[in-house]
Amino acid sequence: MKRLIVAAGCALAMMTGSVQAADWKDIRIAFDVPYEPFEYKTPDGELTGFEVELAEAMCEELKAKCEFVIQSWDGMIPGLLARKFDLIMSSMSITPERAERVLFSEPYYNTPGGWFARNDFNTDVTDKAAMKGKVVGVQRGTTMDTYVTEELSGVVTVKRYTTADDMVLDLEGQRLDVVFVDYPVGEQTVMSKEGFKEVGTPVKLGEGVGVAMRKRDKDLAGKVNAALKKLKNDGTYDAIMKKYFTYDIKM
Amino acid sequence: MPEFIAELLNHNDIFNATTLMHYWDGLVTTVQLVFLSLVIGLLMALPLAILRTVKNPLVSGPVWLYTYLFRGTPLLIQLYIIYYGVAQIPGIQDTFWWTIFREPFYPALLAFTLNTAAYTTEIIRGAIVATPNGEIEAAKAFGMNWAMRMRRIILPNAARRAVQAYSNEVIFMLHASAIASVVTIVDLTGAARDIYSRFYAPFDAFIFVALLYMMLTFILVFVFRKLENHLLKHQRPAGS
Repeated sequence: MKRLIVAAGCALAMMTGSVQAADWKDIRIAFDVPYEPFEYKTPDGELTGFEVELAEAMCEELKAKCEFVIQSWDGMIPGLLARKFDLIMSSMSITPERAERVLFSEPYYNTPGGWFARNDFNTDVTDKAAMKGKVVGVQRGTTMDTYVTEELSGVVTVKRYTTADDMVLDLEGQRLDVVFVDYPVGEQTVMSKEGFKEVGTPVKLGEGVGVAMRKRDKDLAGKVNAALKKLKNDGTYDAIMKKYFTYDIKM
Repeated sequence: MPEFIAELLNHNDIFNATTLMHYWDGLVTTVQLVFLSLVIGLLMALPLAILRTVKNPLVSGPVWLYTYLFRGTPLLIQLYIIYYGVAQIPGIQDTFWWTIFREPFYPALLAFTLNTAAYTTEIIRGAIVATPNGEIEAAKAFGMNWAMRMRRIILPNAARRAVQAYSNEVIFMLHASAIASVVTIVDLTGAARDIYSRFYAPFDAFIFVALLYMMLTFILVFVFRKLENHLLKHQRPAGS
């Protein structure tokens, strides 16, 4: 009898285990809005954006019913761990620190770093000899900061800023010759003003942005990776990307 | 002890030779900035404090307005106005002023100097006003004129009364200099912020820099205690 109970218990445990594993028919995905053009609300309240459309396509691929959750950035990882939602698709860059707490999928996009300057700037940013003595602005602690510090230290003067706005002010006031920022940020801050232009070509940096999951949900990670791979290969990804970007962010 | 330090340096990722040099550069910048602004500020404050005690409001009024403005607004705002505001003046980039204001060091030095001069002016004024009437009357009875009274009686005694309050101002100035890092100056705090964002190690980066600030404060406290002992020698009980 005792043996039977144990066997039944084991069977039950296996069953529930397998049920949970197969149970990715309802998935809740968290976004932090607004972060244009990745996720934002249209004037009539509809959630849209590059990552939202990609999530919709992914859910279709997974044959799952998806619910979209709005979550502010501070509570993102705690909310995931507290099971308020199952996936984060909110432009979360893959870093070793975050990877200690969550499980990342393969990266699905990476915004490049862009060079921006005033219209009178005529130096080739890839030419180290020409760049000598120039003053370059970066946001402190970004992948762009690391890139400039490692590639150009000793050649240019690096000035580090906390916010992009302060940096743009100093570019405007001619304290900086050129800035190197996350491309979408540069597009929104520098290029929204008169008298500035993009110089050189965008540079791809860092490990990119991935879908974040709980560490235990390895089966879900496998499915997400397979779905993203399929979307990247069958042209769906490119179609969505072209809707929102004029440059390549595919990874 | 040196082996212990070498051991520590080899076994952590954050405090290696490069980052320690970064802290050292920051320390030099902080000391330069604070020292220069305090010296210039004190030199400005002395005549301003004397003007502030003059009875004619046309003389003391402007000084009052200046100290009121600079004590009435946060140093951070003053720094923002001088650093970002100056760059917005049309055509400034083509004048010789721009060679000075282009670098963040001089706008910060200007803001710190004007700020500390305002506070020091009020400290010295308070000490001058507190001169006992009897001392002034005695000096007059000796036939001293205004300048001689100032030089021999009022200012030396005012210095004795002001030194304790002024030592506080010096320490506050050292700590206030931390905000220089918001205008891209790599001072001690700027160095700590760079290292924090590079290694994501807030405790290590900021506790280390806090210890450096404490070390500088201890030096200042020591120097001012010596100065107080010297100036206030007459107040000590006889025989000590």
